[in-house]
Amino acid sequence: MKNLEVSAIKNGIVIDHIPANALFNVMRILSLESITNRITFGTNLPSTRIGTKAIIKVSDMSLDKNNLDKIAVFAPQARVSYIEDYAVVAKHKIAVPDNFEGSIKCANPMCVTNKEVVRTKFEIINKVDLAFRCFYCEKVTTSSNFEILR
Amino acid sequence: MSKNLVSIGDFSKEEILKIMELAAYFEQNKSERLLQGKVIASLFFEPSTRTRLSFETAINRLGGRVIGFSDSGNTSVSKGETLHDTIKMVSGYADMIVMRHPVEGAARYASEVSSVPIVNAGDGSNQHPSQTLLDLYSIIKTQGTLQDRHIMMVGDLKYGRTVHSLIHAMSHFGVKFTFVAPDELSLPDEYRMYLKENGIEFTETTDFMEYINVCDVIYMTRVQRERFSDLMEYERVKNTYILKSSMLVDTKDNLKILHPLPRVNEIEKDVDNSPKAYYFQQAANGVYARMAIITHLLGVK
Repeated sequence: MKNLEVSAIKNGIVIDHIPANALFNVMRILSLESITNRITFGTNLPSTRIGTKAIIKVSDMSLDKNNLDKIAVFAPQARVSYIEDYAVVAKHKIAVPDNFEGSIKCANPMCVTNKEVVRTKFEIINKVDLAFRCFYCEKVTTSSNFEILR
Repeated sequence: MSKNLVSIGDFSKEEILKIMELAAYFEQNKSERLLQGKVIASLFFEPSTRTRLSFETAINRLGGRVIGFSDSGNTSVSKGETLHDTIKMVSGYADMIVMRHPVEGAARYASEVSSVPIVNAGDGSNQHPSQTLLDLYSIIKTQGTLQDRHIMMVGDLKYGRTVHSLIHAMSHFGVKFTFVAPDELSLPDEYRMYLKENGIEFTETTDFMEYINVCDVIYMTRVQRERFSDLMEYERVKNTYILKSSMLVDTKDNLKILHPLPRVNEIEKDVDNSPKAYYFQQAANGVYARMAIITHLLGVK
């Protein structure tokens, strides 16, 4: 049996093939900093697919559609597996969604979402290079000016 | 759910054509008491002359009553009331809200909060759909059709929201565009892409005269000094995009010159006397277009 670089979990989720530089964004966007579940992660691990990768394992957790969408936006190549009793029971294919709510700040400083307490809402108009059109001000936020809302 | 007009894209081609018919109807029937007993709120969080007066004229001509403010300085907004709370409250008083706000997306947000229709009378540099509908009405009125027109847009094509909305609206009607602008104010890539994706024919030039004799409509906009990062560039181009009556000699007979106003110096005064100058009638058309918008959204016509 091969040596695991991040030790196995009994029940929970594994998010693998996260680009190493996206690890902390994924952690933040899933609010993993503020939960008490047991979390193990590794980063800058060799990957034949994406160069260097990161992996996160969270015990006793599941992910809803909204969370899978968030992962898809920040780490589109990632793979999500569900673990029960040390075995992979399901794999989740993630895909960049058509629409996206919350988590990302609209890059337009004059947008109503930056002036009042309004949850951001976007249409994803480019799924490859990631471009988000704001539902409110209609301006486009791209991956070059992403800012994560806390 | 109430129907709103926040962006020009909220109206289908059929709805745009219906607004054109209604506007023509109201031009013939200038006073019709379709809004008897209705109260319409006119909330101008930032000042405007033409837009506010023409909306309020439209409401008055339809027999409705207007409440509201023309400057948020004397309202609870200055005490720090949120847009959310102002809209929530006013939607309890009025049957419709016409609003202008300096924040982009404010009208879309208001439409989520309000229980009555929202008409966007301008949200920062974003959208100003009633202007677009009156522009369309001016085109159909002077050309007899919206179909297959050659429209030349001149001036600030980068920041001009009226230009961008008109491109969207005209894309329903087999249009051809010529864009005339200095490099610093040329059309944003986003719109170039949009035109290509929709198979709309267009040319771009910095030479005002190149297509002037073949187009049906000239849509003028203001070249503002503050838009230039390089003021020497501004000095160089500022007189290049000024329309003079001598330039109109060989233009088509059906040519009309539009301008959303206010103009500064981009159309010389001697053009005003030309039968091809249409910008003041265009402003007057605003009342009919707005009567059409209001009655359509309230479902009374």
